[in-house]
Amino acid sequence: MCGIVGLFLKDAELESELGTLTRTMLRALCDRGPDSAGFAIYAAEIPGHVKLTLRAPSEFDWDRMLRQLAEVSGSPPHETIRSTHTVIAVPVDKEAAIRAEIERTVDVDIVGSGRRMEIFKEVGRPDRVAEQFGLAKMTGTHAIGHTRMATESAVTTDGAHPFTTGPDQCLVHNGSLSNHNTVRRELMHNGLFFRTENDTEVAAGFLTWKIHEGASLEQALDAFLSKLDGFYTFVVGTESGLGVLRDPIACKPAVMAETDRWVAFGTEYRALVDLPGVEHARVWEPEPARVYRWERH
Amino acid sequence: MPTIDLATTPLRELNAALHRLKSSDEPWRVLNPRGQHSVAAGIDAPVTVEIDGHVGYYCAGMNKLATVVVNGNAGQGVAENMMSGQVRVRGDASQAAGATGCGGLLVIDGDASARCGIAMKGIDIVVKGSVGHLSAFMAQAGNLVILGNAGEAFGDSLYEANLYARGNVTSLGADCIEKPLTDEHKSVLVGLLGAAGVGNEVDVNSFRRYGSARKLYHFHIDNVGQY
Repeated sequence: MCGIVGLFLKDAELESELGTLTRTMLRALCDRGPDSAGFAIYAAEIPGHVKLTLRAPSEFDWDRMLRQLAEVSGSPPHETIRSTHTVIAVPVDKEAAIRAEIERTVDVDIVGSGRRMEIFKEVGRPDRVAEQFGLAKMTGTHAIGHTRMATESAVTTDGAHPFTTGPDQCLVHNGSLSNHNTVRRELMHNGLFFRTENDTEVAAGFLTWKIHEGASLEQALDAFLSKLDGFYTFVVGTESGLGVLRDPIACKPAVMAETDRWVAFGTEYRALVDLPGVEHARVWEPEPARVYRWERH
Repeated sequence: MPTIDLATTPLRELNAALHRLKSSDEPWRVLNPRGQHSVAAGIDAPVTVEIDGHVGYYCAGMNKLATVVVNGNAGQGVAENMMSGQVRVRGDASQAAGATGCGGLLVIDGDASARCGIAMKGIDIVVKGSVGHLSAFMAQAGNLVILGNAGEAFGDSLYEANLYARGNVTSLGADCIEKPLTDEHKSVLVGLLGAAGVGNEVDVNSFRRYGSARKLYHFHIDNVGQY
């Protein structure tokens, strides 16, 4: 099971509704993945800054942490606290020092970074997770999301999707990989670090590795086809857009829809029914083993 | 005409009402299916049901006697295990359309994706567009007529279903071979194309026929070492 969604806006007028629309998509797929949920929003950038998404236990003293970081960078970071997650934007030249300070702090993890990506995930019913982080009020150009029914590893926040292993890159997955241990060992040998035993994190790591080696997103997704064994439909988010790939036998369901205003992916059509103008959208099933890609220009 | 709006009426109520029918001279209309699963599944009466919008999985599954029309796309397993009657999808169908169908006619105006007609057991399927990979996998009986192309491993592990394709077949599956298109087959095609409403538009001579080589499902003494 599991449910995945992706929404890419072509019409800037819809950007203020990105969160609301993504929430309705996730909510429709609650029954496909009631264990946990997560989403990544590509929001407005702050020129000269990098965003870090931090996660800590629910009783964490964020104010104290933010004061510490202000001391390190010389000015308080832009911050948005959302329950267990906080997104801070720090000057690019201070990123290393800020990261070092955060890594010294017990209980806080950096779970995502990039110029635009903000990432939130938690254990619980997807509609409650969306509520917890105030998804409905978020704005941006594109988003991906996931509702999880765990098969390969434990139901934990770390095991929820999206998985990120590189700046502005993240990935959601419907399916299960059978050779993830082998691929993980190879990637660890190449210096990558993994937080979990989860199969999807390996796919995210492989994507990061290929791009680091100079591959384009298309090439990296193409490489999935020969490297990964198992079932998968992936939706990948990058700073400028979305990518979609299904395994060669199309084991997992998928549907896409497109209008002049947006492109959307859903595990099922139910996820798309509240998008504006969906009744006139072109609706189709993505072909197996074919990379689909939408980018902002 | 009974009209059921699934935006306000629970799906179970619709299906229960359809299951109670012995027959109906009036066609039923269903609005706002919004991708729900099992819409109009399990009907056992000569009634026409027209659904306006895209449906989810297993629409018109197990259909007996009824005519179900989907004015939209259908999710996985449309008309799965159909016994008789007719199901028509005006748009595209997702995977496993007509799976295990025992009888009746399924017409898909658009494309069908992977595994169309998988394990079909007597159903007739006409797809006006193309079908995806592994279509007619282990198909036992019935006819699968494709006006467009067929994807990889067409008719893999085929039993006695007849497959007809007008366009390109990416590859044939294990034990599926091309066979002659005889007058007997052409007359079957004329009947099915007519029933699908394209009898006047399509020349039956433009099809190629595929069937089982019958080497896989019979025991062969040369293979004794394989068991």
